[in-house]
Amino acid sequence: MTIDRLSLDDLLLKRKKLRRELASEDGLHPVRIAVLGGSTTNEVVDLLEIFLLAAGFQPTFHPSEYGRFYEEAVLEPGDLIAFAPDIVYLHTSFLNVQSPPPVHCSEAEFQGYVEAELGRYRRIWESIERNVSAQIVQNNFELPPYALLGNLDSVSSGGMSRFLLAMNMEFARAAAADSRLLLHDVHSLAARLGLDRWFDWDRYFGYKILHTPEANCALARSLTAVVRALYGRSRKVLVLDLDNTLWGGVIGDDGVDKIQIGRETPVAEAYTAFQEYCLSLQHRGILLAVCSKNNEEVARQGFEHPDSVLKLEHFAAFKANWEPKHENILAIAKELNLGVDSFVFVDDNPAERAIVQAQIPGIAVPEVGAEVSQYAAILDRGRYFEPVSMSAEDLSRAELYQHNAARASAAATFADYGEYLDSLEMVAEIDRFKPVYVDRIAQLTNKTNQFNLTTRRYTLAEMEAIAQDSTYIGLYGKLSDRFGDNGLITIVLGRREGDILHLDLWLMSCRVLKRDMELAMLDALVENARAAGAKSLQGRYIPTKKNGMVADHYEKLGFDPVSTDPETQTSIWSLDISSYIPRNRHIKILEPVHG
Amino acid sequence: MDNILAELQDIFRDILDQPDLVLTRASNAANVEDWDSLAHINLVTSIEKHYKIKFALGELQELKDVGDMIDLIQAKLAAK
Repeated sequence: MTIDRLSLDDLLLKRKKLRRELASEDGLHPVRIAVLGGSTTNEVVDLLEIFLLAAGFQPTFHPSEYGRFYEEAVLEPGDLIAFAPDIVYLHTSFLNVQSPPPVHCSEAEFQGYVEAELGRYRRIWESIERNVSAQIVQNNFELPPYALLGNLDSVSSGGMSRFLLAMNMEFARAAAADSRLLLHDVHSLAARLGLDRWFDWDRYFGYKILHTPEANCALARSLTAVVRALYGRSRKVLVLDLDNTLWGGVIGDDGVDKIQIGRETPVAEAYTAFQEYCLSLQHRGILLAVCSKNNEEVARQGFEHPDSVLKLEHFAAFKANWEPKHENILAIAKELNLGVDSFVFVDDNPAERAIVQAQIPGIAVPEVGAEVSQYAAILDRGRYFEPVSMSAEDLSRAELYQHNAARASAAATFADYGEYLDSLEMVAEIDRFKPVYVDRIAQLTNKTNQFNLTTRRYTLAEMEAIAQDSTYIGLYGKLSDRFGDNGLITIVLGRREGDILHLDLWLMSCRVLKRDMELAMLDALVENARAAGAKSLQGRYIPTKKNGMVADHYEKLGFDPVSTDPETQTSIWSLDISSYIPRNRHIKILEPVHG
Repeated sequence: MDNILAELQDIFRDILDQPDLVLTRASNAANVEDWDSLAHINLVTSIEKHYKIKFALGELQELKDVGDMIDLIQAKLAAK
């Protein structure tokens, strides 16, 4: 189940049902978490439980009595010891500061207040480390809700902001020196969301819940990333699409000179920034891989572009071909000898994201949308690559990997490719050329290079004339699916000579490759050809540097080879349409509207 | 009014994970299974989100049953 697509409202509403359903999965890895809270923790624990279940863990929680985090850790640790936690989470906040410096505090006294407060936490950590063999996860402090001294609040030794920032620095030092102590960076989480959306005073006064549902969700997601990291389950590989993901444009159609990368345009700047983000991940040890529907040779040229920040040497694996992406990703996993549950896949195309998500259980496929300026922020927010101290090796990783393998094989996938196609709920409009589309038809004709059988170019005037000429049968196809409308994406142009219809053009945008749209077009073409009195179709494949992907187009559609020019390798193909039976099974065809 | 009752019933069914729960104006914490203080917090949070309203401090202590809750929601929606 992908809970990532649920809204926060639905998560909250359906939490009991989600928990029940997720907990019934097999092979979950048990983890015992004591939550020592300084405010009411039920909501954050509910959300954490759901996220952990979805991540393959079976958590058991031991919540402290309300507000008694210090007492249960230091003074009466009996319950904690009996619970035998794997993780102790200290959910504290600025409210739990016992003795903040008074507003008239002098610079000389300031460090004393910091030391005193820090001492309480040191006693907590020491007691936990002495009494149980758990990893400690300690919240640092968000900024206070009010800056009593305004800008001076983070300057003056009597300012609460300054005090909390000093405490955070001390917590960071302590965590850096102690592998059993992990810092949970609440300060950063609150800053990302904004303090006004972080604190929930109505619920605090009513039930002592300090945080908004939004904030609790952010806390729970972040904690889930920490737990994953502790168990060696952080992601290790970033798999990237190319066209409109790492650069703007379609390299196979536009050519390497025309792709958007570099500093020349805002769009190019945005792709460059995303490449830089990927490169910085690579520098900190994340493996990068390419998975793209492209001609491999052409795809590689993209990284020889002088402005490309990423170079071929940065990629641990490189798959550019026309096979389904999930198959390529599985091949990459095999090559790198890593589980696909350590993979994150980024693609601007929602249909590709859907099939990869459905076919590869455990892979992370963030909904990155199609705006490159957002990719890095969305990836960052997912916390996929969370690192952690090496002490985590105490925790049994191998066992966890085994569980996941069992779970992966049990999870549902599409039975076959046809079922996937059906799940797309595709609807096509296929009709004779119309004046309103002639511009788009001419444009598509002149820029499509890959799925293009003849690569013939036509001016707009020529295309307008053809649209009026009854010896031509020009068909356009528009395709929409449950992810949206792909627009006008394919054209077939037939020219009748006697009872033969010669196919001067057959082209399609690569965005809708392997959707069976060519079958739907062939059905419509045969119907129109018959109505015009034609008995056979004659297709022609003229090879170019870019259209190798359609070399077997007519063969796959059942055309018979007629001849091949030994010099140009241009081949002629023929299909008798007298006994043709429609072939499209997965696309619903809209009745054309005329008039 | 019937609408609000039906919508509240959906919210109660989700929060309490009781898909067959039937809510009436007379339903209260004593006669609805699992409607404890924690569930109450979750109910209030989801009701506020659903109707995009906020209950004022103290308002909730006054409520005896679902009927009172419906009247309060209706008054808040009317005042919007």
